[in-house]
Amino acid sequence: MMLRINNLKVNYGGIEAVKGISFTVPEKSIVTLIGANGAGKSTTLRTIAGLVKPQSGNIEFLGEDITGKGAADIVSHGITMVPEGRKIFPDLTVLENLKIGAYLRKDDLTDDLNLVFDLFPRLKERSWQHGGTLSGGEQQMLAVGRALMSRPKLMMMDEPSLGLAPLIVRNIFEIIQEINKQGVTILLIEQNANMALKVADIGYVLETGRITLSGTGAELLADEGVKAAYLGAKAK
Amino acid sequence: MEFLNTNLPYILAGISVGGQYALIAIGYTMVYGILRLINFAHGDIFMVAGFAMVYLSATLPLYISIPLTIIITVLLGFAVERMAYKPLRTAPRMSIMISAIGVSYLLQNCAWYITSGLAKQYPTIPWISESISIGTATTKIVTVITPILTIVLVIALVILIKYTKIGMAMRAMAKDFETSQLMGVKINSVISFTFIIGSFLAAIGSLLYFTNYATVTPIAGAMPGLKAFVAAVFGGIGSIPGAVIGAFIIGICENIIRMFGWTTFSDAFTFALLIIILVAKPTGLFGEKSTDKV
Ligand SMILES: Nc1ncnc2c1ncn2[C@@H]1O[C@H](COP(=O)(O)OP(=O)(O)O)[C@@H](O)[C@H]1O
Ligand SMILES: [Mg+2]
Repeated sequence: MMLRINNLKVNYGGIEAVKGISFTVPEKSIVTLIGANGAGKSTTLRTIAGLVKPQSGNIEFLGEDITGKGAADIVSHGITMVPEGRKIFPDLTVLENLKIGAYLRKDDLTDDLNLVFDLFPRLKERSWQHGGTLSGGEQQMLAVGRALMSRPKLMMMDEPSLGLAPLIVRNIFEIIQEINKQGVTILLIEQNANMALKVADIGYVLETGRITLSGTGAELLADEGVKAAYLGAKAK
Repeated sequence: MEFLNTNLPYILAGISVGGQYALIAIGYTMVYGILRLINFAHGDIFMVAGFAMVYLSATLPLYISIPLTIIITVLLGFAVERMAYKPLRTAPRMSIMISAIGVSYLLQNCAWYITSGLAKQYPTIPWISESISIGTATTKIVTVITPILTIVLVIALVILIKYTKIGMAMRAMAKDFETSQLMGVKINSVISFTFIIGSFLAAIGSLLYFTNYATVTPIAGAMPGLKAFVAAVFGGIGSIPGAVIGAFIIGICENIIRMFGWTTFSDAFTFALLIIILVAKPTGLFGEKSTDKV
């Protein structure tokens, strides 16, 4: 198992945002966590990424306990995150945004840059532009490219479809599958449950800090409860 | 021409003191750029650099006391950040500001205690203290060296920030700590590095400044510190070119005012300028709209 989350609890002040969840992410899979706004999805990813310290529980990555390690340390283990809202550095050029993704690496980046530019030719054309001048879709591509520059084993993505046009969302999901085929394990969280479950091998439903349901992507897509709660609007 | 000849000494002095303000102002503006903190202790670190030189040069030759002064100043800047600011990283910004004011008074009081409040004679650094004639004006070599050294250091700093990995991390952190951490940037190291650069430049500034003014007192950092701070605000706090240009403008204006015989108003001018900027253009010459970091 690549990632194993055990009874993870996370508090903000006195409020319990994540109330003891356990799940696993197998190597080379796409796993998704779906759930309504405020369910605790971002908190879960941010805790794995080392931005938030958990109250209790543990996080195991490739057999090693990484609970409570700092964010920079987590990156060096091979975990990367595409944050919610993309968080491109607006004053850095596109090329610099990619290079800072490889901050901890000391080897040559040429191959990785070419790989990213093959995935996203738009970024190559714009490599000298400032990140802040890109469109939303281009920024999402840059955020994914930036994450890939660390040569991750596990890439976590926080709502990559947020605020993007449907055509671009489809494109992003194709890229996610492509990256997965190249051997990167994906942990994806989405409110856009329909899209996420279609590409996912395994899905978990998160409700106010607890996992209430799990199954393969196809099983959850067919589940009446999931349909009613998360796919209702999309099914129309 | 006649006008220039008689007033050249004032203009030269203005450019020189402007360079000294610039070296201090960079420390304010860089720390603000990254932490959104006005490091009130910065002027006092500059003062400590002055006393370090006074005491070290009393027993050690200059080729040892000068580098040692720089090292001590850098270590002090580093230690102040680690002890007084780092523990408050997640505290409200006001708490760090108060901590900075506390450090400022602490350094001043320690200096009072050690020196009994007496002004100390600053050592004469040979060569830069010698006189030189420029046109009709006679001045110390330090007056000429200061702006040149300032420009060289600023260019080096700009290259560092624009073209090195740590410079890139500094620019990224100026916008977003959290995402920088997700990239693997160790933010505490980068913040320490920022304080080290700021203190290093303040130490150089103090060598040049006190050579011109001959004595050091425990409050010797207050006035140049405030003026450098005004320069940073004038240039647009957070912007390095802004701070440097602001510092030169303030240095030159002060001395032009002296040239007209209004010496008593030269300090008042700087603070009037501060009030005018804060009212008319709070973002300064090159400042961006204040973006609050997430
Ligand atoms: N920084 C924070 N401080 C306090 N409460 C927070 C913070 N971030 C999130 N929360 C709360 O934690 C809960 C889970 O939030 P989050 O993990 O962002 O949910 P999701 O990503 O599923 O929308 C929500 O109730 C939210 O209000
Ligand atoms: Mg969220």
